[in-house]
Amino acid sequence: MRVLAAMSGGVDSAVAAARAVDAGHDVTGIHLALSRRPQSYRTGGRGCCTIEDAGDARRAADVLGIPFYVWDLSERFHTDVVEDFVEEYRAGRTPNPCLRCNEKIKFAAVLDRALALGFDAVATGHYAQVVDGPAGRELHRAVDSAKDQSYVLGVLTAEQLAHALFPLGDTAKAQVRAEAADRGLALADKPDSHDVCFIADGDTAGFLRARLGERPGDVVDESGERLGGHDGSYAYTIGQRRRLRIGAPAADGHPRYVLNIEPVSGTVTVGPHAGLAVDCLDAVAARWCGPPPDAAGGSLTCTVQLRAHGEPVPARLAMADEPGAVQLHLDSPAHGIAPGQAAVVYLGTLVVGSATIARTHRAVSV
Amino acid sequence: MSALSPGRTHYLDHAATTPMVDAAIDELRSRLGDVGNASSLHASGRRARRLVEEAREQLAAALGARPSEVVFTAGGTEADNLAVKGLFWARDGRRLLTTAGEHHAVLDPVDWLARHEGAEVELLPIDDTGALRLDALAAALDRDPGSVAAMSCMWVNNEVGTVQPLAAAAALAHAHGVPVHTDAVQTIGHLPVDLADLEVDALSISGHKVGGPQGVGALLVRRELDLVPLLHGGGQERDVRSGTADVAGICAFAVAVDHAVQRRATQAPQLRRLRDSLVAGIRAAVPDVVLNGPPVAAGEAARAPGIAHLTFPGCDGDALLMLLDAQGVECSTGSACTAGVPQPSHVLLAMGADDAAARSSLRFSLGHDSTQADIDAAVAAIGPVVERARSAGLAATGRR
Repeated sequence: MRVLAAMSGGVDSAVAAARAVDAGHDVTGIHLALSRRPQSYRTGGRGCCTIEDAGDARRAADVLGIPFYVWDLSERFHTDVVEDFVEEYRAGRTPNPCLRCNEKIKFAAVLDRALALGFDAVATGHYAQVVDGPAGRELHRAVDSAKDQSYVLGVLTAEQLAHALFPLGDTAKAQVRAEAADRGLALADKPDSHDVCFIADGDTAGFLRARLGERPGDVVDESGERLGGHDGSYAYTIGQRRRLRIGAPAADGHPRYVLNIEPVSGTVTVGPHAGLAVDCLDAVAARWCGPPPDAAGGSLTCTVQLRAHGEPVPARLAMADEPGAVQLHLDSPAHGIAPGQAAVVYLGTLVVGSATIARTHRAVSV
Repeated sequence: MSALSPGRTHYLDHAATTPMVDAAIDELRSRLGDVGNASSLHASGRRARRLVEEAREQLAAALGARPSEVVFTAGGTEADNLAVKGLFWARDGRRLLTTAGEHHAVLDPVDWLARHEGAEVELLPIDDTGALRLDALAAALDRDPGSVAAMSCMWVNNEVGTVQPLAAAAALAHAHGVPVHTDAVQTIGHLPVDLADLEVDALSISGHKVGGPQGVGALLVRRELDLVPLLHGGGQERDVRSGTADVAGICAFAVAVDHAVQRRATQAPQLRRLRDSLVAGIRAAVPDVVLNGPPVAAGEAARAPGIAHLTFPGCDGDALLMLLDAQGVECSTGSACTAGVPQPSHVLLAMGADDAAARSSLRFSLGHDSTQADIDAAVAAIGPVVERARSAGLAATGRR
């Protein structure tokens, strides 16, 4: 196969490319330039889009003996990931930009271009497995559960998966590092990247303030009583406990958490931890990694993961009436679930698909 | 390693760098084992100095300059920096006039001077063929000529191949007493160059663009012109440039320049014929291709013989380059790689092209070892490559 290996300059994607070469594929390396002003994104070992990272990717391609190019995806990335991120916060939701990048950039813009240019597949360093199942290709969790990244790939469709290679899914991260060293890849000991790559200093609230401006609003308790004010509700996320700027503790002395963010008024509601418990999620924009799940009996017993490194929660999936809408009934309540987050549905290790949480319901009678 | 051993490719990127000519390789090889610092006073030093001075004389003779006008540098970029910064620092005026189509080796120094040294930079417009607009230069000079430190105008545009109206531009500047620098890196071996007959005060050349080694170049600069040095520490080159002379590189460079000048009269028509064959072949395969630069009617004097700069509507230049590369046909998008990210060509943008057209372009540049087989390979590859790149361009526009 002719394989396009997306190489971030990190250890994972370099070893993934190496394994694709070993598998006998005709591999071409590309580095995605996601900003035309790379210095504005993270520097050093923490990002995926600096000049240094492009150089590291190039040197890895040299070692592997494969052609290497830089593809400028900065416009698409800005529109589909960065602006989407800001708009989601504006609307009071909590987006996952890595998921959006996989959906819109790596396995859409890049994959489409690769296929048009005559490649058969795109290989990345994600920790996830693609296996051939009875109904086609299936996406599964990685063997290394601590590194498993199937959550951020839950947006991929069967068609996208058919052209995806994840050569690291069967390997533990420590082994990947050792393998990189054995292969003479200089980036073997480069630190893992974390957080949002396009927020240079990690200050998400500051990044959003610069784009959304100051939008003062109230912090209220569950009865609606005003406890304080804020400069922008985008600095808050459901389940947040610190930096609430409400001074005095609650009357009962228990800590308070963000329970709700009302985007239009900017009102942030806080309350006790119990107020975070939800057991019913309405989700929209469902995308299935294979055939749509068979919920003919009314619902599908599954597990659902609600954040990037969250534990899978036993649940039942039911199709709602509107296209792409689903309901998830959790067996036991989950806490701190924000609209905008992705709910990724699993059957064991199999990724069934994902949907974006639109509304959560309180567990009133569990 | 296999990745390092060059395969058989059809190299059509001579404006980026051109293979060394055999005579220069022989010269370089023969000198690499010699000991001798050209500044040392003993026999070995004198021998090294003699080689450098003979090279200086050979190079000067080839270009109609006096030996004392040759300042060896570590390449064209250093020569451009020395000319632009050295002139600005040596003179009273704050204004620097240059053209919007210059190489980054001129644009970046003037930009730096504007940001750090208080220079007032005026990027003179170029027309849709890539040529400096003389009316704009005349107007800029007329506005307080005494405030102009220097005027820099390249001779042959490195991307599009447009020959600039250098003689006319230099005459305008000199009428106001403004010194003239020209980046002639793409000129040697392609156009006749005779400094004695040319009204310029400083002229940059580069070794690896003429069949010499990389890492050596020269600024040819009139004796009477003051330049403030960039590099201090020994004053080896006329006190304008310091650093131990690269004896072997300088010798090979001079041989290459001499070679390029001597073969120019026979090579230029050959390159034109090959280039025309390339353009005709590509046009037959891709009828809507656009040849950038001076129109054919402007005649051969308006464009360099070895450069064809083409826009392929609906294609991404980077995709074209990659697909051609995979077939062993090597060319350039002509765009600079700013901070690792491909940028649309500033030259094409300055010529009035929109961003999309600037990103849809390729430069094919021919040189002394180009053959009809190279042209045939490029022509054979281009049709399917453009078709594929076009469908990828459409894929990029369509959103999921």
